[in-house]
Amino acid sequence: MSRLRCATAFVGVLTLALAGCGGVGGGTGSGGTGGTGALTTMGFGLPDEIATTRVDTFRRASPDVELKITEGAFDEQQFLSAVAAGNPPDLVYLDRKLIGTYARRGSLQPLTDCVQRRKVDLDQYRPAARQQVTLDGTVYGIPEFYSVRVVYLNEAVLRESGLTAADVNLADWAALPALNAKLTRVTGGKLTRIGVDPKIPEFLPMWAKANGVELLSVDGRTPHLDDPKVVEALTTGLGLIRGQGGWGRFSAFRDTFDFFGAASPLARNQIAVWPMEDWFLNVAAKNTPKAELVVKPFVDRQGQPLTMASGSAWVIPKGARNPDAACAFATTMTAVDTWVAAARARAEARRAAGLPFTGVYTGNVRADERIFAELWRPTGNPRFDEAVQTIRSVQAAAFSMPASPAGAEFDKAWYGAANRVLAGQSQPAEALARAQQEATAALDRASR
Amino acid sequence: MGTATVPAGRRPAGVVPARRRPVRPGRSPSARREARWAYLFLAPWLVGFLAFQAGPMIASAWLSLTEYDVINEPRFTGLDNYRQLTSDPQVARSLGNTVLYTLLHVPLVMVLSLGLALLLHRVGRFQGFFRTVFYLPVMTPAVAVGILFLLLLNTQDGLVNRGLALVGVDGPSWTTDPDWILPGIVLMSLWSLGSTVIIYLAALQNVPRDLYEAASIDGAGRWARFRTVTLPMISGALFFTLVVNTIASLQMFTEVYTMYFGNRETQNRFNSDAATFYVIHLFQEAFQFLHMGFASAMAWLLFVIILLITLVQMKLGNRFVYYEGDDR
Repeated sequence: MSRLRCATAFVGVLTLALAGCGGVGGGTGSGGTGGTGALTTMGFGLPDEIATTRVDTFRRASPDVELKITEGAFDEQQFLSAVAAGNPPDLVYLDRKLIGTYARRGSLQPLTDCVQRRKVDLDQYRPAARQQVTLDGTVYGIPEFYSVRVVYLNEAVLRESGLTAADVNLADWAALPALNAKLTRVTGGKLTRIGVDPKIPEFLPMWAKANGVELLSVDGRTPHLDDPKVVEALTTGLGLIRGQGGWGRFSAFRDTFDFFGAASPLARNQIAVWPMEDWFLNVAAKNTPKAELVVKPFVDRQGQPLTMASGSAWVIPKGARNPDAACAFATTMTAVDTWVAAARARAEARRAAGLPFTGVYTGNVRADERIFAELWRPTGNPRFDEAVQTIRSVQAAAFSMPASPAGAEFDKAWYGAANRVLAGQSQPAEALARAQQEATAALDRASR
Repeated sequence: MGTATVPAGRRPAGVVPARRRPVRPGRSPSARREARWAYLFLAPWLVGFLAFQAGPMIASAWLSLTEYDVINEPRFTGLDNYRQLTSDPQVARSLGNTVLYTLLHVPLVMVLSLGLALLLHRVGRFQGFFRTVFYLPVMTPAVAVGILFLLLLNTQDGLVNRGLALVGVDGPSWTTDPDWILPGIVLMSLWSLGSTVIIYLAALQNVPRDLYEAASIDGAGRWARFRTVTLPMISGALFFTLVVNTIASLQMFTEVYTMYFGNRETQNRFNSDAATFYVIHLFQEAFQFLHMGFASAMAWLLFVIILLITLVQMKLGNRFVYYEGDDR
């Protein structure tokens, strides 16, 4: 029995010694090079030149790594099954807002040693992105893209209603119903044009922040869902939707939109004012370059620019077999030079197709600075050029939903509240009070 | 080779009888050999059952007594998860939705399927064609059905409301109005009633024609023949579909999950109590919130509910169902 104990202890000590006991990159391993051996990824794809150029950069930098990219979106079930089976991928590409939950449960490796050994300056990442990959002061992910929300205006529709872009002031909540009424069009009892789309429930955190409160505390542990300012934000959004016939009619009409095609609601004048992610500018530049599009910052009630940021990140799961190569891959993919190379490929592809290059928005500030200094050129279409500048200007004013140990449950609580209100099942204060209880219980449970 | 004849009950001196395995009546050596072969052929299924059903069920029973998040080791918590089942309002809501759906779906499917099967039974030359047509929707993948019905049930441009508009009815908001979400799902579920139709059609074709002739001679009209001949003769098929459809309804998942929870966008936009069925809530608890222990307890509760309902149905079925060869 004692021999067995000795053997077990020896194996344990040996394992700890080999593992380095200190998270990713602590061993002697490849000593800061690109590593060797097989490297598997999950949740990532190669849909365009931004992805392929960066992967090629890594392959050139690390020729000894046998990279296997399992293409496809991140799938929670697939990931958990792999972790439970003791066969996780080396790297996972996922939404940053999921990181807190997985990190809290110990399924992700801290990247402290990885960033130190690869000499990654964390300050190069935008604060809102950094906040989402950090839990209790420990970094668990390397941020990738950086998506912000801005307000899109269809000037043709505004003109038809006797308005200009300057007349659209989202800071003045009291004036929003009148603006909405002027822009909305109902034909034959059917909603045929959305006036102002508040984009709730999705953008409720942004409306709440504009009203001076965040749905979740910075440490991700205390919900503020029943704050009267959140109630007011939800009530304002609800009022805009009710002004267009209610959620059923509004949602049914919006569900018919194809934002990705040439027959987008912008091209068909089916929407006047709507907040949306910055990626739509790229789509609009490609599909509807002649649209009378104006992009303005979303603003708080004092008129100051405000936006909500989101995006993806690379994480290394517990049990990854090749953390050194994973660290090298994640840091190479998000390095300044790599992003610039990818943006160059995108710019060339766009020029070859005769389309405007509207930039690449990354979580890396320095990469963005170089992309816009070296590659971006005015397209000659002042609408799109101004839009690019607007998007860049609001990036610094971004906040993000902080990493939370119960992110999915927290989301379910407030989304559920907003949906119950929209469906007419509940009043805002009542729905958000229930959501506060649900979120508090979930966060308490997860924090234990 | 000679054999000595020994009177029954007597043994020759010094002779110790050879030990023989007692032969059970009716189990001849050839029957035993056949049984061995049967077990051999059954072995793949038995192994599969033990490995993929019994094993996970036992593991799930154990996990239901623990707090387990897949990533860390399970921690024994006794009956906490079962206690939480009784206090979680979302469990009650999702169970309520599921039971209501079952109460609407099962009778509707059975009545419509029987009506269609009776019509098909009367069709002569083209019966094979119509049988195929009715069965084809069953072949559609459940995920495709979910997406299809999200489009069909769109309030503004969906075909269902366009059809209703033709007869002057202003269609409801099937996918957003909580009062209409469940009826919309029931409507969607009728898409795949083809399999029940085929079962009823086969049963109808097995009803002996002479029974109808005898009933007619006795003066039975169409309704009386249906009530006293058809229904009793196909009661076995009706009972089978009642049990199977009830179980399937209580486990409803794929189509509804695709419609209302399939991706982050639909999940957030349609996140509604009205569309939360029991198995969907179970799935969310397990794979989104990582409460595997609690989800296991939910699974066992569902198992017990289905078992009880099926036992009640079997008990009642014994009184009402006619089986061929039965003398009742």
